[in-house]
Amino acid sequence: MSQAKRLAIIAMHGTLDMAYPPFILGTAAAAMDMEVEIFFTFYGLEILKKGKADKLRVAPIANPAMPQPVPGISVPNILGMLPGMTSVATGMMNSWMRKANVAKLSELIAIAKESGVKLIACQMTMDVMGIKKEDLIDGLEIGGAATFLEFASQDAIALTF
Amino acid sequence: MDVKPDSTLDCTGLACPMPILKTKKAVDALQVGQILKMIATDPGSVKDVEAWASRTGHQLLGHEENSGKYTFYIKRTK
Repeated sequence: MSQAKRLAIIAMHGTLDMAYPPFILGTAAAAMDMEVEIFFTFYGLEILKKGKADKLRVAPIANPAMPQPVPGISVPNILGMLPGMTSVATGMMNSWMRKANVAKLSELIAIAKESGVKLIACQMTMDVMGIKKEDLIDGLEIGGAATFLEFASQDAIALTF
Repeated sequence: MDVKPDSTLDCTGLACPMPILKTKKAVDALQVGQILKMIATDPGSVKDVEAWASRTGHQLLGHEENSGKYTFYIKRTK
């Protein structure tokens, strides 16, 4: 049976919950001897901003899957639009993650780099969002659509988050 | 299990994917033929270690479960 040699991931969201899967799967794939590239575009670039990884937030609004703060008491999702609710939801998520002993995102990013996962920042969306190379963490490459496709077109699993 | 490990890795309390990431590092540090004993408490690690071994080609000699602790014996094959 032929096995894919590569994992190609597009990370395009900058919320805490959407930032984890690329790094969990990326580091695991590297540990399974796969070549890994993660391509960060649009809000995904937020993950790579210096000092930002452990400060990403969760959006409670329009997220009906968000567990309720008090079990059994249903809070209408529309309340997520109230001021301060993003901080409340983020605090809740962070405390659940600590309780489950989940690694911090900054740790997973460090392991990813150490294990040879290539992190590519999308030049075009950097320009759109006014992000400079020096705003981003070290050890990245800057590239575009062709960079991702060239990697993804050879024996790869491709995922988007 | 009646095997003599050459090194031991404690992943107690760690959540996915850390046990796999640390196992990979620890197996890389062994000589070919040596055995790693890895202890985890994450129930998901049972399937994950199997999958990791199957993909990398290292040999999972076996695992034991004892009151919420999973102990794996992995031999570096290459």
